[in-house]
Amino acid sequence: MGRYVVRRLLQMIPVFVGATLLIFLMVNVMGDPIAGLCGDRECDPATAAQLRREFGLDMPVWQQYLTYMGNVFTGDFGTAFNGQEVTELMASAFPVTIRLTIVAILFEVVVGITLGVVTGLRRGRPVDTGALVVTLVVISVPTFVTGLLLQLLLGVEWGWISPSVSSEAPFDELIVPGLVLASVSLAYVTRLTRTSIAENTRADYVRTAVAKGLPRHRVIRKHLLRNSLIPVVTFIGTDIGALMGGAIVTERIFNIHGVGYQLYQGILRQNTQTVVGFVTVLVLVFLLANLLVDLLYAVLDPRIRYA
Amino acid sequence: MRGATHARWIAGAVAVALAATACGGGDDDSDSGSGSGDTGAVLSSSWGDPQNPLEPANTNEVQGGKVLDMIFRGLKRYDPKTGEAKDMLAEEIETTDSQNFTITVKDGWTFSNGEKVTAKSFVDAWNYGASLKNNQKNAYFFEYIEGYDKTHPDDGSKQSADTLSGLKVVDDNTFTVKLTQKFSTFPDTLGYNAFAPLPQSFFTDHDAWLSKPVGNGPYAVDSYTKGSQLSVRKWDDYPGDDKAQNGGVDLKVYTDNNTAYTDLMAGNLDLVDDVPAAQLKNVEADLGDRYINTPAGIIQTLSFPFYDEDWNKEGSDKVREGLSRAIDRDQITDTIFQKTRTPATDWTSPVLGEDGGYKKGLCGDACEYDADAAKKLIEEGGGLPGGQVKITYNADTGSHKQWVDAVCNSINNALDNDKACVGNPVGTFADYRNQITQRKMSGPFRAGWQMDYPLIQNFLQPLYYTNASSNDGKWSNAEFDKLVDEANAESDTAKAVQTFQQAEEVVRDNMAAIPLWYQNGSAGYSARLSDVSLNPFSVPVYDQIKVG
Repeated sequence: MGRYVVRRLLQMIPVFVGATLLIFLMVNVMGDPIAGLCGDRECDPATAAQLRREFGLDMPVWQQYLTYMGNVFTGDFGTAFNGQEVTELMASAFPVTIRLTIVAILFEVVVGITLGVVTGLRRGRPVDTGALVVTLVVISVPTFVTGLLLQLLLGVEWGWISPSVSSEAPFDELIVPGLVLASVSLAYVTRLTRTSIAENTRADYVRTAVAKGLPRHRVIRKHLLRNSLIPVVTFIGTDIGALMGGAIVTERIFNIHGVGYQLYQGILRQNTQTVVGFVTVLVLVFLLANLLVDLLYAVLDPRIRYA
Repeated sequence: MRGATHARWIAGAVAVALAATACGGGDDDSDSGSGSGDTGAVLSSSWGDPQNPLEPANTNEVQGGKVLDMIFRGLKRYDPKTGEAKDMLAEEIETTDSQNFTITVKDGWTFSNGEKVTAKSFVDAWNYGASLKNNQKNAYFFEYIEGYDKTHPDDGSKQSADTLSGLKVVDDNTFTVKLTQKFSTFPDTLGYNAFAPLPQSFFTDHDAWLSKPVGNGPYAVDSYTKGSQLSVRKWDDYPGDDKAQNGGVDLKVYTDNNTAYTDLMAGNLDLVDDVPAAQLKNVEADLGDRYINTPAGIIQTLSFPFYDEDWNKEGSDKVREGLSRAIDRDQITDTIFQKTRTPATDWTSPVLGEDGGYKKGLCGDACEYDADAAKKLIEEGGGLPGGQVKITYNADTGSHKQWVDAVCNSINNALDNDKACVGNPVGTFADYRNQITQRKMSGPFRAGWQMDYPLIQNFLQPLYYTNASSNDGKWSNAEFDKLVDEANAESDTAKAVQTFQQAEEVVRDNMAAIPLWYQNGSAGYSARLSDVSLNPFSVPVYDQIKVG
């Protein structure tokens, strides 16, 4: 187990380097960010040259990358064009997005799995058909439609929530945005759990458990659910990374100043330091979430061994 | 557990609400009734994250400029209604030759930290702005002052002086300015934010100043959380006569103006100064007379790459004029912009007024839609280069795609050729600027000009003078340059304006750029507010807004 974790951690290094290099190249291909910095009027050449020197943009790309990576290992992610440290931006953005992600994941786990179990056990009944139709609708409607619709109905028409989230972004304000962010994944989790449960209800060990006279809730929780959760956990695990990065749309609709907002701003202003810095951290989150999922398998199914 | 955290959030929210009301309530008593409205109440307004640190000489976009306009007052101020440059801190600006100016600063003005505003406050600020090592993006505003080439060498070599030799402090309240050339309207440019005075703390503790700027305007910064909110509060000891009529303003950053508009509809926000294009259809039904749509000093044009031989040969001017006549401006401003743009008939803006140089219809026939004439002109000029024009624009902001497509459509219809014009989108604004700077444009491209100060000079010189800072098409015309020089040397304003208009006629005769439309400023506000208006720069006149 320990050796497995170490090996996985070592494997992360090339992935990490490759991902950052790719992002770095992609952002650099877009051209000279200083050109857009002065608005519709061209920066005067002397100031532009000096800014380029200050941000290290006059060096060749490989040299910029090496300097950047060198700095990253000392915890210095560079400075955004408005004079703020990228680490400062991260410190304000990540807590917000993490809170949003927690809300979304909670929805997926609690609502998604419960619905999945209920429908999986009542296959073909009205509850099941109803849930299938609803999830199909949720999956086929884009997030921005759900978001804008909920914002309009709950925020403007009925006045239950405030249409935008305040800059502190506490949990209670993030419930609706979290639901919107989770909606598509939520539907997938429901369907995944349903299929898995439906399949396993006919498994031998479930029949044995029932034959032994175990109470129904115990059969479902200890035997059926635990074995059915593996694909669901895989999905939710990889979804953590996707939710954090993919929050751009939701964060924009509800004016949440999190990772998506900073990334959007960074891309729009072609701010290499911000974009690369945030993506670097997101890559790390993604890798760690995947590792966590793999380790969880053993908890769910003791037959799985790591070497 | 969950219940406990929940209670804490609520308690927090209550505390914030209490603090906010206490803040508003405290000032109530000090006011002795100036008409209706609660002069202690605070209003909230939408805002965009400023692109640069908030320094007067480093702020060149509207969002940062909005704040500077609240917390700073300069030598001159542009009248929020007429745009006329009026003395603010300037007691007197004297000159005999339009080149040497003696400026007297009014007594009794202080910064909100108590420091006196003196001649030195201005000279230090201007020297800072002009110095290359400070990377100030508005440095070129000081380029007419003697010694600029030493503090800001154009080739980027090491600067040989830190201060402008043309600036001299005479005494506490007086300083002199020496320009490198005659510039009769120079005093009128001094209302621009780049010329604001700065307190000593700006130079001694720059970082602290940036995190909480200190100025001399009717408002003082109360708190600033970068990227999310800036709160200004009424400064009670403000010595000017344009005291704030409300307790302060909370500027909230919105990434999407649609969300800001939704917040306004839900009663969460008091003022939106940029109504999203998608809402223009319903805005009048939503807000009624709480929707403002007034002209601003912005003109949209199509520029041409004069460095490209195809566009700079015999007869090209006819092709350009033909294209101009093929654009149905009335229809596009009606359908795409819902009348928030006005078809342009000259190269300036109506906000200048007739005395200021705006001349309705100066463009004449050349800006009127006429398909037959357009076809004829383009044929006479040798046809479209390569048989097709591509209009380049940036696709990331400002919904440019819609109108570029509409313009192309109009040209195609007029010429009976569905391949005569196509749009050529560029992904980001930065890349778009890149291609312009590197002279990669192969056909007409989108250009917009927002005035720095309401002078006809500002609509012509930076855009069409040979090698001027925003002459993106690299158009060059000796006759035009000569007229601009003459106008600048002219000390009689009315005559100067006339000469500028002659120069504008040269632009017309060559069709150096196709004027499209004048842009309006738009805003919407909640029922709590009254006396809301936009100045000629399309920025709300915050200090005049009454709450309640």
